[in-house]
Amino acid sequence: MKIHIKNGRLIDPASKTDKALDLFIAAGRIVGVGNAPAGWGVDGANSVLDATGCIVCPGLVDLAARLREPGFEYRATLESEMAAAAAGGVTSLACPPDTDPVLDEPGLVEMLTHRARLPEFAHVHPVGALTTQLEGKALTEMAELSEAGCVAFGQANRAIVDTQVLLRAMMYAATFDFPVWLQAQDPFLARKGVAHDGEVAARLGLAGIPVAAETIALATILHLARETGARVHVTRISSAAGVEMIVAARAAGIAVTCDVAIHHLHLCEMDLGFFDAHARLDPPLRSQRDRDALRAGLASGAINALCSDHTPVDDDGKQMPFDEAEVGATGLELLLPLTLKWAREMKLPLVTALARVTADPARILGVKAGSLGLGAAADICVFDPVAEYRVSRENLRSQGKNTPFLGYDFPGRVRYTLIDGHLAFDGTLS
Amino acid sequence: MSAFGKQPNPQLNSHGELQHLLTIEGLPREMLLRILDTAAPFSEVAEREVKKVPLLRGKSVFNLFFENSTRTRTTFEIAAKRLSADVINLNISTSSANKGETLLDTADNLAAMQADMFVVRHASSGAPHLLAQHLAATGRDHIHVVNAGDGRHAHPTQGLLDMYTIRHYKTDFSQLTVAIVGDVLHSRVARSQIHALTTLGVPEVRVIAPKTLLPTGIERLGVRVFNDMREGLRGVDVVMMLRLQNERMQGALLPSTQEYFKSYGLTPEKLSLAKPDAIVMHPGPMNRGVEIDSAVADGGQAVILPQVTFGIAVRMAVMAMLAGN
Repeated sequence: MKIHIKNGRLIDPASKTDKALDLFIAAGRIVGVGNAPAGWGVDGANSVLDATGCIVCPGLVDLAARLREPGFEYRATLESEMAAAAAGGVTSLACPPDTDPVLDEPGLVEMLTHRARLPEFAHVHPVGALTTQLEGKALTEMAELSEAGCVAFGQANRAIVDTQVLLRAMMYAATFDFPVWLQAQDPFLARKGVAHDGEVAARLGLAGIPVAAETIALATILHLARETGARVHVTRISSAAGVEMIVAARAAGIAVTCDVAIHHLHLCEMDLGFFDAHARLDPPLRSQRDRDALRAGLASGAINALCSDHTPVDDDGKQMPFDEAEVGATGLELLLPLTLKWAREMKLPLVTALARVTADPARILGVKAGSLGLGAAADICVFDPVAEYRVSRENLRSQGKNTPFLGYDFPGRVRYTLIDGHLAFDGTLS
Repeated sequence: MSAFGKQPNPQLNSHGELQHLLTIEGLPREMLLRILDTAAPFSEVAEREVKKVPLLRGKSVFNLFFENSTRTRTTFEIAAKRLSADVINLNISTSSANKGETLLDTADNLAAMQADMFVVRHASSGAPHLLAQHLAATGRDHIHVVNAGDGRHAHPTQGLLDMYTIRHYKTDFSQLTVAIVGDVLHSRVARSQIHALTTLGVPEVRVIAPKTLLPTGIERLGVRVFNDMREGLRGVDVVMMLRLQNERMQGALLPSTQEYFKSYGLTPEKLSLAKPDAIVMHPGPMNRGVEIDSAVADGGQAVILPQVTFGIAVRMAVMAMLAGN
């Protein structure tokens, strides 16, 4: 299969390219950038995709997408969420281990990656559980899990309460140079909390989670990272103070990366409105000041990547009083539009903004993705940056319709998504 | 400001009239005064031999109590009955919630029985908002929702009856200094009182509590914070005590009831720092010897029992207004 993507504006953050260039694909790989490769042939491509008015960039790399398999198929299935990924231009994703059963055994990981191995499915990179059952007590068989396909080890949203276990888990992971992904939230300070401990929680009478829950856990993680030399990635940073600590730690020579979720980049505590359960997120939406620091931090590179933190929840899980509602929001299809919205509001060049959802997260994952260089896998997203995308129950392909952005229009509509040169999504058909 | 989460006030209808009573926050001053004015003649109904008016005749009021409360449920029941409504009491904490039925399923079932009004108490902040939104989304917004206390969020009829009481004794809100004392952190009553007092133009609202019982950022609601009760009570016209729940009395919030009483219990000696004609209020039930000394609770400045009586008139006013809109 030979594909020619023509008349597009090619943006490849990995090579800092932003130029009108055609792309030539053969056998699932990029074989020509700008010019057709020698021997492209007189009959040329089997398929020509018109990218007039569109941006051609690497397929998005999402560091957090819950596929809900195994165990939570009533909320979402691999099929529904992979359709959502393709429609969102996401071609690689990491899935957290908080499935049921949790991803703490090689067999489960193999089953998941095997199930996900369809040409129209994004590349799935499981994050294995750092401790069995995510209980924070015993280490998992990380070497075996790595062989089964895990790219990193983490705890999803669950903390390791016992710091001695955390220290040893990081030491063990460091032995094999496995990355450790951790959310920084002290479980005691977060106990029973459902919202940022601030003005809005005070007004609505919701139990608060103070910023100190993040900074205290982060201090622990950073100290142990220095101690053990483990490669640490901090997931879903939520506060200005947290960003400052990451910057300071890096300046002190600790190799730490971090990401932020699309919701925290655009929303703050005010968006709880009248107890909108869609805004029930973990970590909680914090103050406007925190949100502004996250936006600036992602722009400067202090925060390395932007992720969807995709968490499909069924309606029953959200049709509850705020404190009883399930946590999370759907996000795979919003990652690109909300990246573009942030870039436009921050007046950032697209090549910088798109790096945070392509080349930068690919580097954190340690996989070959997020680049349009010659010979790279043809994981490509072609999108119209001007056409608006309406967030609605009908338009969302994810089984989760739970998002605080329902009803909004955002710029950026995906026209084509290619995975290994396979046309996984064709927006001209819908 | 963020671009998201802008929703219209869910308790007003398209004409700006009261559709539900969910919280005092966001209600205009005129509306609060109208409720108080409407309550005044209802106080007189109680003095009559036949304590009934026919305003809600043929209407069904469901008291949906997901959290036990004999006192509040009883006053709502009396208020509805004096308006000639049919009243059905459901204590759901002991029935279907334990069987896994959700708030909205319960409400749907009762709505199918032609309910006209839900009086809801729930342990979760925002539960009445959820119910009101659900009724609107399913085209049944002719059913009114009255919040009878949700989590730590709001207890608007309590806030209103407190305003009625203050106006009865003090007449002019714009000349008052009011102190709210006690567990503000967990108190829906305090939040409703604060919104009502600031909306009605009380120039100085104080809250008095140890730091463990104050929510972060409470001063943003327009109150002055005092940790020292004696300092906070100096020169006030109204002292509004809050109930301290039993489960808060020992542990990481407070060391003991004795120490709490010493620092924050209202004694005659501390009350003497307030204005000589200051009134003392309490939403009940009281913990004598914990937040209030019996000498104060039973003393000449206490207006705690009149609060209960006024509460029925205020709840009648709220239900009558909702039924009329």
